[in-house]
Amino acid sequence: MPVLIDIAPEARLIQHHRPWPRAVTGTTGWTAATESLADGRRTLLGLWGEASCVHMALLDEIDGTAGVVSLEGLQGRYPSVARHHLPALRLERALRDLTGLEPQGLLDTRPWLDHGRWNLRFPLGEKAAALPKAKTYEFLPAEGESLHRIPVGPVHAGIIEPGHFRFTANGETVVRLEERLGYVHKGIEGLMAGADPARAAELAGRTSGDSTVAYAYAFARAVEAALGLDIPPRAVWLRALMAELERLANHLGDIGAICNDAAFSLMLAHCGALRERVLRAADAAFGHRLMRDRIVPGGVAADLDEEGAAGLLTLLAEIRRRFPELVELYDNTASLQDRMVDTGILVPELARHYGAGGYVGRASGRAFDARQALPYPPYDALRFDVPVLNQGDVNARVWIRIREVEQSLSLIEQILGQLPPGPIRHNVAGDGEVREGMAVVEGFRGDILVWLRLAGNRVERCHLRDPSWFQWPLLEAAIEGNIVADFPLCNKSFNCSYSGHDL
Amino acid sequence: MRRLLFESLIRRPLTEAAPRRSYAAMQELAAAIDRTARRRLGRSLSIRAVDAGSCNGCELEMHALSNVFYDIERFGIRFVASPRHADVLMVTGPVTRNMAEALERTYNATPGPKWVVALGSCARDGGCFAGSYAVVGGVSRVVPVDLHIPGCPPPPADILKGLLALLEQADKGARTS
Ligand code: SF4
Repeated sequence: MPVLIDIAPEARLIQHHRPWPRAVTGTTGWTAATESLADGRRTLLGLWGEASCVHMALLDEIDGTAGVVSLEGLQGRYPSVARHHLPALRLERALRDLTGLEPQGLLDTRPWLDHGRWNLRFPLGEKAAALPKAKTYEFLPAEGESLHRIPVGPVHAGIIEPGHFRFTANGETVVRLEERLGYVHKGIEGLMAGADPARAAELAGRTSGDSTVAYAYAFARAVEAALGLDIPPRAVWLRALMAELERLANHLGDIGAICNDAAFSLMLAHCGALRERVLRAADAAFGHRLMRDRIVPGGVAADLDEEGAAGLLTLLAEIRRRFPELVELYDNTASLQDRMVDTGILVPELARHYGAGGYVGRASGRAFDARQALPYPPYDALRFDVPVLNQGDVNARVWIRIREVEQSLSLIEQILGQLPPGPIRHNVAGDGEVREGMAVVEGFRGDILVWLRLAGNRVERCHLRDPSWFQWPLLEAAIEGNIVADFPLCNKSFNCSYSGHDL
Repeated sequence: MRRLLFESLIRRPLTEAAPRRSYAAMQELAAAIDRTARRRLGRSLSIRAVDAGSCNGCELEMHALSNVFYDIERFGIRFVASPRHADVLMVTGPVTRNMAEALERTYNATPGPKWVVALGSCARDGGCFAGSYAVVGGVSRVVPVDLHIPGCPPPPADILKGLLALLEQADKGARTS
């Protein structure tokens, strides 16, 4: 277990944690782990807390291994990670809001998810009464002659999720963007505590609607890892089929929507039609347009019949016929290229430092894709490329999506070609023992992490980490120096999740 | 691009026939409109979407209404950018506590006559998220609701049916007032 050994040789390994190791360590081990993040030897996968412990999930990209380091028996505080490694900042602010644990040495003392409107504080820790009056939220200052501020949101001017953006601009140029999120915090992790795996799976599938398959997939895999449960081979393949359909639908929708934000609605119309066809084929194949609640712990809840499979083949043929001319249109329209190229550049160093996943990372040189880096079946038996570009602009993020559409088409074809027969679901039964499981699944937006502890067929604690946690902060960096009018374009090219992030 | 545009001239449109009105939704609406006896709305309906804590699934299907298959604008229904231009607020999500005030303020910024459509299971009573410390639990706890469209998320055809029912009643309502 190379990911943990050099960090904490004295650590106690938790026997019931699967598939990667979890080590309970002292402050020295925790600090060593933090340092390995700060100097780039490892990547932060997640950071979350419980009433008196904190956990940090790490990735060693060179070995392709992951692991969790924990501090237990805390007295209300722990050494801040973000103090040395900024990508942990919002995770720590959220952790403090939810558990009351204080990250020692963290200079930013502002809350993140808690807007002072819940009727309690620290819902996942030692609960406390709400403060009588919420403090006003202080945005970071940006001062200078001729600077002005533009507040936007939480209710936006389109069909978009709510969040607040505070721009400081010099004329047309953005000097600073500061995001404020948390508006759609639903308390999903709180609802999961004490739920049985079936109910918790429903909640997981409603964390971010566009990634309902990926979330259900990650959650189911975490439960199965914890219980050491195998699922039927057919279910393994059907899961990947749904995941690729979801990726396809979202990428098609995004490509159209990004072009639309550059006032080129022709692409939106054509991509929107293709996206609709994917959703209809998914509906015919699995009985739900977004394939919600179709992946469950133990397998899948809907089988694919011949008609459904034939529908998917027709879909592949239709997209293969139409998509190339749309790509050509994208590439050959000068006015569109003028808006896309060199807009909203995210430099590779930042993408690497933050461990940004999905098209955001891969358009800025970070080649990570969980299907390949931390492979899970059936992807180890499938052929696919992980496209990577270095430009980091809006255009690169579009091209990554285009290439991934092509890869998903090929994956769907491969899966349909070798789908094994047989049952699709096993019973999920715990033995009443305490067990912990973890899973990382590649959604369309990036890698989703689910960590959970089961005790006697109940979820004791479950943490869901959306890829957006490591993408939202980078949008602030990418927009700097661009004009305010290009923000929708940049924002859409990132397409971060509000709901997945706010939980 | 020319080829693509030319093809669009000769291909049959993808746009589909209008769905039948949803009768359950119509009855619910009839009651709402009788109660308030709203003045003539006219045929065109402007909708302002408000996400009050949705998982974004409902938003995806709202977006789908604008694709060529449903082409919602042909019914005179369109999504607008400001509540000040809206006849209808279409609200999704269980209403998180962090969004309740924003929803209320959006409602207050919408000029009358106005209707509120609660979209999706969450919007009715909190759905899957009911009982959480972080949600109020349903749109009607914060603003009055005229129509609820069920589903998680409701498919675009169902949203369209609900909205057509809303239009029809609005027309009728106008004749009696
Ligand atoms: S009703 Fe379903 S799809 Fe709509 S916001 Fe709620 S959970 Fe998401």
